[in-house]
Amino acid sequence: MVNWPLEIVRAVLLTAAVFTFMAVVAAMFGVLLERKVGGWIQSRLGPKHVGPQGLLQTVADTIKLLQKEHIEPRAADRAIFNTAPLVVAVAGLMSWVVIPFGTLGDRVLVVRDLNIGVVFFAAMASLTVVGILAGGFASNNKYALLGGLRSASQMISYELPLAMALIAVAMEAGTLSTVGIVEAQAGWFGSFAFRQFPAFVIFLIAATAEVNRVPFDLPEAESELVAGYFSEYTGMRFALFQLGEYGEMFAMAAMATTLFLGGWKGPVLPGVVWFLLKMYLIVFLLMWVRWTYPRYRLDQLLNLSWKVLLPAGLVWILITGYRVTF
Amino acid sequence: MGQLAAFIILSVVTLVSAVVVVASQNIVRSALSLIPTLLGIAGVYILLQAEYVAGIQVLIYAGAITVLILFVIMLTEHGTGARFRQVNEQVLPGTIAVAVLAALLMAVFFGTAWPRAAGTLPQYTATSIGTTFLTSAILVFIVTSFVLLVALMGAIVIARRER
Repeated sequence: MVNWPLEIVRAVLLTAAVFTFMAVVAAMFGVLLERKVGGWIQSRLGPKHVGPQGLLQTVADTIKLLQKEHIEPRAADRAIFNTAPLVVAVAGLMSWVVIPFGTLGDRVLVVRDLNIGVVFFAAMASLTVVGILAGGFASNNKYALLGGLRSASQMISYELPLAMALIAVAMEAGTLSTVGIVEAQAGWFGSFAFRQFPAFVIFLIAATAEVNRVPFDLPEAESELVAGYFSEYTGMRFALFQLGEYGEMFAMAAMATTLFLGGWKGPVLPGVVWFLLKMYLIVFLLMWVRWTYPRYRLDQLLNLSWKVLLPAGLVWILITGYRVTF
Repeated sequence: MGQLAAFIILSVVTLVSAVVVVASQNIVRSALSLIPTLLGIAGVYILLQAEYVAGIQVLIYAGAITVLILFVIMLTEHGTGARFRQVNEQVLPGTIAVAVLAALLMAVFFGTAWPRAAGTLPQYTATSIGTTFLTSAILVFIVTSFVLLVALMGAIVIARRER
């Protein structure tokens, strides 16, 4: 029998903890890291003046955003306009429920080790697009609408290769639970980054597309669409979109760590440290790609998904099935 | 107690948003209200301990099908569909049809002798669903796959002809 009041209190506390972690570590530090890495790649300094080495720049930006006026366009669909950022932020946050951070003694640090962990993660990733599409529609702005539409076609296309990669990993691990998948990997050659290398590549490409980052940032292509689906958003609602986006990106990196890099496992150092190291390695990879590659065209983007990644994923599932069975 | 409360909350969410789906005059709002409806049903699946079905429900229905519906609306209805008023001119026949259907369903539900004994849940529903698909339900599985494949090819053929 489930103790309901206790469960609800636990859920609220864990939500607060994860949300704080996401807001502070993922979004704030993520934005700073993004700008620093971008500066480094482009031989600039990046933010430098607020705090030591610009460390407090994002904090200052957040305080500024909190003070901004919240503007609703007159012809906007108010109810949808105001809920859309929440959907994106909450879906980004929910992905973190199934991610195992490390171990404390014998316990695995995870909000909930669902036995459908991987399916849950994919489901939450697929919900973000609803918020993006709704925000783009409700703004009553053609750039926002175009951004929302691009996002919808892009995310629907890239969910399939993402799911293929997840399926291949789940087949080899024999479980859908994220903790089970981490436990199925051991050492360099035991990690799924080695045993499931094609799935790893497919996952990384599809994940970059799912979180709308360069080279797949068509929904918010600033040189064509102003800012895409969040053109009309101001202040904290804009910040919620950003939070959701960075939360989702960090969740994808954490999921890549869990699925392919052996999660919290590693020698000498404690599990949490290993987990964060590996996660930031993936995050750095995503940033490196962002500041290096130009943006795809929409048709190139869809061709890559339907004509390259999807067949490759299907073939790899077939190969994995053969390897697992025989 | 908690289960009952959860069930009532989920029912309210599902039913209220389902009414919005049918009654809203704005077609985009109708489509968006489908999402809480489907999520509420996913919650009921979780209460029934069918967590795999619930996950797939969110992934496929809330995350993909609804987005596809929205996508189609926005591509066809002059951009946003906001100015497009949809009016239901068949409220009365619709109400009668729904009432008859509800009466039939209730008659069936109350007339069936449901097994009362507690069954045993499989430890891991994903595995048992997969096993069922590949053993006793394989014909259904393959036929469904073929239907989907044909639909996919049909869509490609239609799209190519227009170009």
